[in-house]
Amino acid sequence: MDKFDFEITLDGERVPARRGETIYEVSERHQKDIPTLCYDPRLEALGACRLCVVELEGARNPVASCTTRAEPGMNITTRSSRLEMHRGVLLEMVASENRDLDVDPLSGYASGEMATLLDRYGARSGRFAGAKSGTSRPDDDNPFILRDYENCISCYRCVRVCAEQEGDYAISIMNRGFETQITTEFEGLLKGSACTFCGQCIQTCPTGALADIKALANKDVPGETKKTRTICTYCGVGCSVDVMTREDKIVGVLPAMDGPANLGALCVKGQFAFDFVSHPDRLKAPLVRGEDGELHETDWDTALDRAAGGFVKANQEHGRESVYGIASGRAPHEAAYMMQRFIRGGFGTNQIDNCSRA
Amino acid sequence: MSNPLADMEKPDVIFCIGTNMTECHPVAATRLKKAIAKGAKLIVADPRRIPLAEMADIHLPLRVGSDAALLLGMAHVIARDGLVDEGFVAERTTEATEFLEHVAEFPPEWAESITGVDAKLIEQAAQWYGAAERGAIYYTLGITEHICGVDNVQSLCNLVLMTGNIGREGTGINPMRGQNNIQGAGDCGALPNNYPGFQSVLEPAHQAKFAAAYGRECDLEIGPTKVQALDMCGDRVRAMLIDGENTVVTDPDRRHCEHALRSLDHLVVIDLFLTETAKLADVVLPATGWAETDGVCSNTERRVQRLRAAVSPPGEARPDWWAISRIAQRMGLKGFEFESAKEIFNELCSLSPIYAGLDWDRIENSEYQWPVPEPGHMGTPILHEDEFLNGRGIFHVIRYRDPAETISSDFPVWLTTGRRLASYHTRTQTGRSSGIDYLLSEERLEVNPVDVTNWGLEDGGWATMSSPRGSVKVKVEATNRSPLGTVFASFSFNDVPVNFLTGGGYDPVTHTAELKVCPVRIEPA
Ligand code: SF4
Ligand code: SF4
Ligand code: FES
Repeated sequence: MDKFDFEITLDGERVPARRGETIYEVSERHQKDIPTLCYDPRLEALGACRLCVVELEGARNPVASCTTRAEPGMNITTRSSRLEMHRGVLLEMVASENRDLDVDPLSGYASGEMATLLDRYGARSGRFAGAKSGTSRPDDDNPFILRDYENCISCYRCVRVCAEQEGDYAISIMNRGFETQITTEFEGLLKGSACTFCGQCIQTCPTGALADIKALANKDVPGETKKTRTICTYCGVGCSVDVMTREDKIVGVLPAMDGPANLGALCVKGQFAFDFVSHPDRLKAPLVRGEDGELHETDWDTALDRAAGGFVKANQEHGRESVYGIASGRAPHEAAYMMQRFIRGGFGTNQIDNCSRA
Repeated sequence: MSNPLADMEKPDVIFCIGTNMTECHPVAATRLKKAIAKGAKLIVADPRRIPLAEMADIHLPLRVGSDAALLLGMAHVIARDGLVDEGFVAERTTEATEFLEHVAEFPPEWAESITGVDAKLIEQAAQWYGAAERGAIYYTLGITEHICGVDNVQSLCNLVLMTGNIGREGTGINPMRGQNNIQGAGDCGALPNNYPGFQSVLEPAHQAKFAAAYGRECDLEIGPTKVQALDMCGDRVRAMLIDGENTVVTDPDRRHCEHALRSLDHLVVIDLFLTETAKLADVVLPATGWAETDGVCSNTERRVQRLRAAVSPPGEARPDWWAISRIAQRMGLKGFEFESAKEIFNELCSLSPIYAGLDWDRIENSEYQWPVPEPGHMGTPILHEDEFLNGRGIFHVIRYRDPAETISSDFPVWLTTGRRLASYHTRTQTGRSSGIDYLLSEERLEVNPVDVTNWGLEDGGWATMSSPRGSVKVKVEATNRSPLGTVFASFSFNDVPVNFLTGGGYDPVTHTAELKVCPVRIEPA
């Protein structure tokens, strides 16, 4: 992977490149920070927004760096006043079609991309009176994915992530030009489509047109959003996630783009089924069975004495083989390890198993 | 898994058997779909027309519980058509002669008579897998939850050994583990036959090593499995500590299971919720949950990853390890003075050869797949590259056996069970996450539309489903996912306790329950 094939000139500097790499990929390695909107490194480049254009010596018009492959000897300029002007105007035009330019960061992983670029290029003038970009679908009552197409810029990232990353082909494009509309088969609700509610479209949308309804429900929770890297709790794939918290409350989940098992992908469970931890049904105190035959709340001291006492008694009256431990397939290593240590170190038996047999 | 998840994008022939991957391991399935988009051929063996079967080039709709027969037929074709990797067989395996003689007796026509799958399809599938450059096998509980689960797995190993589809990128035999840390529970020694790191309890050297570490010598004798222990409740077994498992709902034969737990003198359950199992306990201890607990887990590709706490637990909830170690301390046991997950994980690493090169700090970035035999080792993404664990790969002579219970005039329909995309296990977690009900609010018995008519049922109406152990009422969904004569339900909903019906038999070696096959009778309710 470390081998380079040839050199190109990038902003006056000779830099190495590999066969098959795009100009954008080479530039990224050299921190050129070329602006993009329709680009997601995990997807096949489309070349739709033209924001990533660069000047290529010998070519009359700028070329899209995300779709143009680097070739030996190319001389490329990533920044010039002409390029910056072009990008600024382009952004102003794109922005003119949208109802909101700023969305809550809880909308999704990439939801702030457009707004960030508008600021970088001072492109909030509102000079252009844009046509309305798309028609939102407030009728879609699904509890996960907001479909606010009035903020859609037709970058097709959602359509591509669904097809290329998920292999689901649940969303498609209707019409062309100003009339472009992101939709589903038969223009229906997502529930009636091939959608599996994995949330990948939300996470790649650069404007928040597709947004995380469950996370946005927490937008009024005060405080800064903190992210903690951990692993999804639902299956053996072991997808990496960044849990978003504010003031000790989980407000949402983001896929970890560098998670080795998932590379940014998640399924409906990992993406949306996070709030069980704060459900009122959670046990908050130990319970012990009383004389009345019912379970009653108590403190740890009492509960641990009662728990320990029962094992001591069984051991004394029926021998060490009368105690058995079942470890969890869902709790962390430390739980399973401690369970077997308790049985082996405590009773000298191998009366221990986990729940993999069911 | 013998190979990493990343390898799922690389095979040229994929053989999925007994795995509903798009629903149970969705993100892994996205990687397979990429291989398919690049032109890989997909063979799916499953009684039901699951989403993966819809994508397949060949779907082998075998009768539930007939996997071993299908695999014998495939092995026959591979041998007959000269697709055996002779070099691999000579260098890396043993007992091939007996095996090849054995499979010569089972042509695809015989397999058709048992499985109901067209012999031509069996032949084609075998030829594709046999001729593959990089053939990879993926399986789940559809293979193991049978009385012949071990036979099924060994039958798959036989195919792998015949064709040399192992030890290389994009190949392998890959069980997809169900629960998030079920791999880890095994890694940590929560097994009746192994100490941590899969070190056999029958080996005196291991006994001595753990006696030195724990200050107490352990029996040189394999303990009873959970299934056996439940049978011993009230008799040999009097007290149980159950961590985070809703045994009475997940296990087969619920009545038997509830009775077993009730007959204990002492039951302690650690969990997040007051589950059906916890309700039977004498003491219930509140555990910290996901995003509240620091710790470690292993995924299905043996990747050792850190879990991190992001929020505080509710009330007095404490980590499971804390509760267990404090019970031990109260009993006067020595050596349980642990104060952090880190300390515990590091002790595990010091005692487990497959974790010997790891510690808490080294796993920060999820880089390692065990075995990691010493510090500085890069981990082992692909198993069996040069050698099998015990030297040579052994061929096993497997015979087909009928399931413990087969259909009869009283119970003429095959019931098979499993999971669905939007729910996980007994829904103690997904059922308490908002929005999930929008996708899946109740259990549905999946029945072929022709059967719906023939049995006098109605799509959306109610049916009574019975086995020799009990009956349940369940709503009917007419769907072509179910073949004629076979129905499907999940065990996720407590109000449709399908596991009142299951439990006809167990694998004699692993004691895994035959949850995938249960003859039932279905009548309009
Ligand atoms: S909805 Fe978002 S991701 Fe999809 S095309 Fe519109 S702006 Fe792009
Ligand atoms: S996000 Fe889905 S596929 Fe990934 S670990 Fe969680 S449940 Fe499994
Ligand atoms: S990012 Fe290159 S054209 Fe849009």
